Amino acid sequence: MSANPTTPIPVTPESEGPKGDGPTAYPRTSTLAKGITSGLRAAMEHDPKVILMGEDIGKLGGVFRVTEGLQKDFGEERVIDTPLAEAGIMGTAIGLALRGYRPVVEIQFDGFVYPAFDHIVSSIAKMRSRSLGHVELPIVVRIPFGGGIGAVEHHSESNEAYFAHTAGLRVVCCSNPQDAHWMIQQAIECRDPVIFYEPKRRYWDKGEIAGEPSRGLFEAAVVRPGTDVTVLCYGPMVRTCLQAAQAAEEEDISLEVIDLRSLSPLDTGAIVDSVRKTGRCVVVHEASTFLGLGAEIAALVQQECFFSLEAPVARVGGYNVPYPPSRLEEDFLPDLDRVLDTVDRLMAY
Amino acid sequence: MTPRSATRRSRNPTNGLAHPAYLPGSEKECLVSDARPWADGGPDMIQLLTPEGEFVETAPQEYRDIAARLSDDDLRGFYRDLVFIRRFDAEATALQRQGELGLWASLLGQEAAQVGSGRALRRQDYAFPTYREHGVAWCRGVDPVNLMGMFRGVNHGGWDPNDKNFHLYTIIIGAQTLHATGYAMGVQRDGDVGTGDPERDTAVIAYLGDGATSQGDVSEALVFSGVNNSPVVFFCQNNQWAISEPNEKQTRAPLYHRARGFGFPGLRVDGNDVLAVYAVTTAALDAARSGQGPSFIEAFTYRMGAHTTSDDPTKYRLSAEVERWKLRDPIERLKAWLAHMGKADRAFFDQVAREADELGADVRARCLALTDPVGTDMFEYVYGEPHPVMDAEREAFTAYQGSFEGAHAESGAGDLEGSHA
Repeated sequence: MSANPTTPIPVTPESEGPKGDGPTAYPRTSTLAKGITSGLRAAMEHDPKVILMGEDIGKLGGVFRVTEGLQKDFGEERVIDTPLAEAGIMGTAIGLALRGYRPVVEIQFDGFVYPAFDHIVSSIAKMRSRSLGHVELPIVVRIPFGGGIGAVEHHSESNEAYFAHTAGLRVVCCSNPQDAHWMIQQAIECRDPVIFYEPKRRYWDKGEIAGEPSRGLFEAAVVRPGTDVTVLCYGPMVRTCLQAAQAAEEEDISLEVIDLRSLSPLDTGAIVDSVRKTGRCVVVHEASTFLGLGAEIAALVQQECFFSLEAPVARVGGYNVPYPPSRLEEDFLPDLDRVLDTVDRLMAY
Repeated sequence: MTPRSATRRSRNPTNGLAHPAYLPGSEKECLVSDARPWADGGPDMIQLLTPEGEFVETAPQEYRDIAARLSDDDLRGFYRDLVFIRRFDAEATALQRQGELGLWASLLGQEAAQVGSGRALRRQDYAFPTYREHGVAWCRGVDPVNLMGMFRGVNHGGWDPNDKNFHLYTIIIGAQTLHATGYAMGVQRDGDVGTGDPERDTAVIAYLGDGATSQGDVSEALVFSGVNNSPVVFFCQNNQWAISEPNEKQTRAPLYHRARGFGFPGLRVDGNDVLAVYAVTTAALDAARSGQGPSFIEAFTYRMGAHTTSDDPTKYRLSAEVERWKLRDPIERLKAWLAHMGKADRAFFDQVAREADELGADVRARCLALTDPVGTDMFEYVYGEPHPVMDAEREAFTAYQGSFEGAHAESGAGDLEGSHA
């Protein structure tokens, strides 16, 4: 269902470059998707134990072309077109990690991760604990997630809370090309398993990639400073919230937008510092609000910022229904207006 | 409205919910001779020693040849392994009954399947067990006391799998077959298959039970290993019962038939015949190491005891079935053959029995000496890199525990009853 060009796939510098050529020079402009591609390439050049696994990631380059050109350059042994079975992919990734490899698994779409859920939760998350630290599984699970692309059922979900709830996993989410490029490399280097969320509707966003990561993998970023309301968001909602902040400025409301980047662990320091300053907080995510990340963050904020709060902590998220048919997704997904509507209510306290 | 007949109408057994009365080919004969289908393993089952301890001269040459290469020391070693493991298992069951283990999963009856396959492994091979492979662990050199930790509740396994190439026990049914397959894919990428170097070429063995064959993970493992031609042997101990559910609730076709559909060989071996199990596993592992890919072994055996100490098999199976299987005991048949062949004498058997009792006493003492973990251990091994939640919760836990009167200021743990003493 993804963008499936009828004309040949345009040749990009990434897919054309000779083997071992590495990413092109920094700084450069890239899409978010190609930022991940070049990040994967750099990680594979850096460490021969890094291997990619997934459905259609070889010749096709993945349904979003994120692994485009990598099988050609690194071979079928390192860029593995797997059988169509997510539990099988995740279970064999565990075995490869036990043998000393660093598998980077592509789940084709968010809604397809559930067959692999058992291996992620029961084996990957727990292996270090149950072996008393003898065994580490440095596996990265890439999941394109979220809606807004007019997809059919099971292709637009935001299931990050399931994994953030699970001890032993780390969960991160990129929102721009710079982070996409560097965070994927940081995730691969991490000794712990990392669930790596990619905002699929921002894959084609362009931005500059610098010669080094902006910050540590588990640090939040203040992407727009402000004074009235702290807006906490991640992934696809970062751009939405920045647009909301722009619009709010025209109404003399100053929003501080924080890109959480890491969902587990949360960068509590960044959150608390900001809310203590602004006194107001709204959490924005595409996922349904009930027991979503916003619920945990609201609990954290009321506990740590109780005496600074001017208003209740608010959440803007998907409704608590199955992801609707795409003709309804504009109603379902948080947008600029819903964010500002909530900001208005907070400012009224 | 038509009135219902006063008597119940008979149903067509092939059209209703009853177990299908047919079985392909020679399997039919099993139905005639026994209460449950396939109860004697059928004519396709490979056997080198009969239950009476007679060598089967008509067994396939390949397997007779492998058995013939075993020295008398090897054969006596098999006997020793079987007896030791049964003794260890009995001790563990007793420890559970006495409250020293929370649970135990007995291997009683499956000793030959585990020792025969475990002794076929080479040092560099890797085993992925379920939670009942105490005999395989023994063959790999894992300290039996390590196996008791999870059943005593002091850890979830805790041994270093790479120490003896024996992975942690896996309770999630069937999951380990995929882990084994992935490991075997790693072996291939390391170039440790088909080099001809017996010290280097590596095979992986994945243990599973008859119930596990119903899990999707197992089918996926068969797919992945097949398409990758991975050096993995699926060793299925068909002990006839998945807790209370018999084979016929899990499968319509014999389990060893399944491999063919995935594109590699499968066979059934008498799982109570340590020689036959050793021979077929040796051949399968050799094939895997040399690059011929996966295979599937169904070791036809019987769970003589309960599923675990929490189970009550009298609720779902007949004692007559258990009595029949007692006549196929794995230890007795090897003992009879060794004695008949003059490969072991009474002094040897007595010696093994004495040593087994010593083993039982030793594991009992060391089980009781297993130290409880301290409370802060909960936070120690969750992540390999620093994690703020672990730090915060460890600190809060320590402060809370320390707030009680009489708490050791430095212990920082919930270990207030001094169980280390």
